[in-house]
Amino acid sequence: MKREIPLIITGVVGIVFIVQFFIPHEPFSSLSDIFSDWFSIIEACAIWLGALNLIKLSLDKLGKPMLLVTSAIVVVALIVGIVGAPDEFLAGRFPLILFAVAFLLMALGQYSRSKMKPDWFFALTTIASFVIMLIAGLAFSGGRTFQEPGTHYDYLYRSVYTPLSSTMFAMLAFFVASASYRAFRARNREAAMLLVAAFFVMAGRVPLAEFLGTLTPDAFSGAWATTGGFLSGAADWVMNFPNAAGQRAIMIGIALGIVSTSLRIILGIERSHIGGE
Amino acid sequence: MAKGTQGGFWQRLMAIDRRVIFLAVGIAVSAPFFLPISPKIHITPEVESLYNALKELPAGSKVLFPFDYDPPSAPELQPMAVAAITYCLENDLKMVIMGLWPQGPQQANLALASVIEGEVGDVITYNGKTFKYGIDWVNLGFQEGREFVIQRMGSSFAAAFPRDYRGTPVDELDLMRGVTNFNNVDFVFSLSSGYPGTIEWVQLAGDRFHARIGAGNTAVQAPMVYPYYRAGQLTGILGGMKGAAEFEVLVGVKGGFGTRAMLSQTFSHAIIIFFIIVGNIAFFVGGRPSRLKGTEEV
Repeated sequence: MKREIPLIITGVVGIVFIVQFFIPHEPFSSLSDIFSDWFSIIEACAIWLGALNLIKLSLDKLGKPMLLVTSAIVVVALIVGIVGAPDEFLAGRFPLILFAVAFLLMALGQYSRSKMKPDWFFALTTIASFVIMLIAGLAFSGGRTFQEPGTHYDYLYRSVYTPLSSTMFAMLAFFVASASYRAFRARNREAAMLLVAAFFVMAGRVPLAEFLGTLTPDAFSGAWATTGGFLSGAADWVMNFPNAAGQRAIMIGIALGIVSTSLRIILGIERSHIGGE
Repeated sequence: MAKGTQGGFWQRLMAIDRRVIFLAVGIAVSAPFFLPISPKIHITPEVESLYNALKELPAGSKVLFPFDYDPPSAPELQPMAVAAITYCLENDLKMVIMGLWPQGPQQANLALASVIEGEVGDVITYNGKTFKYGIDWVNLGFQEGREFVIQRMGSSFAAAFPRDYRGTPVDELDLMRGVTNFNNVDFVFSLSSGYPGTIEWVQLAGDRFHARIGAGNTAVQAPMVYPYYRAGQLTGILGGMKGAAEFEVLVGVKGGFGTRAMLSQTFSHAIIIFFIIVGNIAFFVGGRPSRLKGTEEV
């Protein structure tokens, strides 16, 4: 039954979604709505599961003494959050209590197997960040929802999360430049074509020629403007024709693969997602 | 001897310390912010097409704004959001904001805050006009469920978003009273940097429920979205920071971040093109013989 019930659910839901796409009438439309709502509910639960799993893995890396100290601090912080939450914002207390119970259970469960790992500091930072954001969002939003402008959560989002995540992403520019220098070579005909296309897209998607025009005498400004128009046109052509054609081919290939895999899952032939072969 | 020296030079150039490249890119990205130059922005057809689609909307039209991105993509997408919100406020278009990404609704608030005078509250002021929350704009917040949320919105917005991000039931919001599904929304302006995002909006809201969609995407995602524009499933695309700068020019946003950062992006593209050219010269002159013969080497 452990396998049959998930297979039946998968099959029924899959068939209903396919049928309701072509026959958007009762009872398929209602069934589709019910299944969509359930999908959102399951996804929301999965977020909690993922977050708790992250905490559990982080607790594993702390070692016994630090796990005890961390747990004590986190529990005290959670109690402060639960007690300090404004009366009119009871909705924030419930998830805090739930998390406090789950955290205690995890800490007790992981105590015997926790060993200090070299990356313990990152694990500790993860736990601290999680708990701080949770308490700031759920307990100390001044009776408002946590995302509203001016809340502590909003402050942390704007002042800590945004610059940190932006920095991580911005560093890509440096590595892309370095990798392009070392690896982007016209080794063969295909690579040379890619290189030429990349040149036109990179030069045409920014006003490079127009900028060069500002550095040269006015007599050449017309020539630079023409060059800019040509580069921009070339970039547009690459994006609208070779790129669109290639993307379509990839999309059609992916779609066919999704259709065949989905049919295998719906019909119960593919069972690897429920632990089968 | 001379040839050996030349080969050695090119070999050394190929093995240049990556910190030199990092420094060059760092200067190329940051220096232009201090230069008093603003290059002319060439308007592409896909951006003009999106702007024209917005211009066709009469005052009072409802525009759905899915904010499907997070802070790392904000440099490209936030200027688009700012310009789009500016256009809506100037032309009395009603904004229904939502997010399939958890950070989306907050990015919307940040965009709104940078457009209006003062702070985002129940009443905001722009150009002397006042706009009320729940009447002129709403923020439905984030809903988990990815494309299934879009599917659910096709039958009932209220079922997908029973409450707004403040916890107010959507039935109590004047703007949402007449909005049952996509038939009651005049335009969808998808701002997205990945999954779920514009592609899901096109496939479900556009193809299934016949909503008119325009998109603002990161430069990385834009190439994947172009086939939908070519097929007419999207009214237009704002691709990356260049798209944002073009849209700012069309909307008339003065000193927008997209336009200001265009010179920085121009320099960074130029430096990468320069490095690629130098790397290839070094490869052919000093490193490897020409192999432009066919596909014998990958």
